[in-house]
Amino acid sequence: MSIRPERQAPPEIFYNDREARKYTSSSRIVKIQEKLSERALELLALPDDGVARLLLDIGCGSGLSGETLSENGHQWIGMDISESMLEVAVERETEGDLMLSDIGQGLPFRPGTLDGAISISAVQWLCNADKTCNHPRLRLKAFFGTLYKCLARGARAVLQIYPENAAQLEMISSAAMKSGFSGGLVVDYPHSTRAKKYFLVLSCGPPSTSTALPKGKEGDEMMTDSDESGSDGEGGDDTTVNVSERQRPAKKQRRGNSKTSVKGRSWIIKKKEQRRHRGYANVPEDSKYTGRKRKTHF
Amino acid sequence: MRLLTHNMLACNIKGVTKGFPLAIEVTKLETKESEMNPDFLRHIYPKLDWKALHDAAHTLGLNDIPEQVEPAMLEDEDFLQKFHHALLEVHLEEGALICPETNRRFPVTKGVPNMLLNEDEV
Repeated sequence: MSIRPERQAPPEIFYNDREARKYTSSSRIVKIQEKLSERALELLALPDDGVARLLLDIGCGSGLSGETLSENGHQWIGMDISESMLEVAVERETEGDLMLSDIGQGLPFRPGTLDGAISISAVQWLCNADKTCNHPRLRLKAFFGTLYKCLARGARAVLQIYPENAAQLEMISSAAMKSGFSGGLVVDYPHSTRAKKYFLVLSCGPPSTSTALPKGKEGDEMMTDSDESGSDGEGGDDTTVNVSERQRPAKKQRRGNSKTSVKGRSWIIKKKEQRRHRGYANVPEDSKYTGRKRKTHF
Repeated sequence: MRLLTHNMLACNIKGVTKGFPLAIEVTKLETKESEMNPDFLRHIYPKLDWKALHDAAHTLGLNDIPEQVEPAMLEDEDFLQKFHHALLEVHLEEGALICPETNRRFPVTKGVPNMLLNEDEV
């Protein structure tokens, strides 16, 4: 049973030289990455006119996904946070340009410049708070906000993700919708635990018939390779049993001085401010009624 | 990093409104030949900021990029070749990119610009 890489270390540390090496030496990882990027490119639904486009590869790593883009004749710019992975990409002499960048800090591009974006197994990393200064909601907001800006109108972004649970999936897709994207989730092989793949297919601009969601692939993946793990060696948590609920709730501790523990108006305002700062949208406004006691009706 | 990418990059430090174009500091250049694709050049032309491309090409020592371009020139084979060379064949291997507003330096090593921001710049 493997632990999700997202639980082990931040991405710039997890993808060290040893881990990066796997992305060239392991034919299994190479094969899975290739398949995922081909599918992502298919979902991107670029106009079929044979003209090369300028695409963005978010979390390009060692440039495996970019290779698929190059094979299809497109120009691409890849960004990743792991230096070791980028070093492997430089060694492999990928055709696209590379950039060391943290997608949670926003994308450093001019507005409306890119014809599309793909991302293979990267965006779920944004849900981690590895440092105290990292707020997942703010990082997701920065990422999707700047992605929306730098894509040309009508362009699509296809993000393949490995969400840890339903809440994480919801957090990612709602952040995307809040930034103005239309689109939604495409699930390939929904009935197979191992081959199941989530693709967040987003398009810039208002929804129209051309932005209708494509169908996910049905049935079982036609693969002889049965040990195709759900997540290119990063994850495979489908078999884990969640045991955290088994613990009993901690007993309430009694405080000595009950007067100071009363949560007054200033405490409420402080808490609301904190939640606003973390990017929650549904925090009620402060007014003169904030923190007032209700009238006692008989 | 090629000038194509440079033309799209803008500094995204918090509070910076005009983070484009980034100035280039050249230490080492490399030329890698690639096949010309006229369709791509015509497709990308309207998205480019021509003045930024011209200035950047000048910094890299490519002086045959004209200051003004008309769409009709995109049919001219000779011009397309120069355009292709400047945009996609010359790589900045070592050097730095500098934000025009804050003068923040983004170092470029082995052709990879480091665009990571510090905590206080986000």
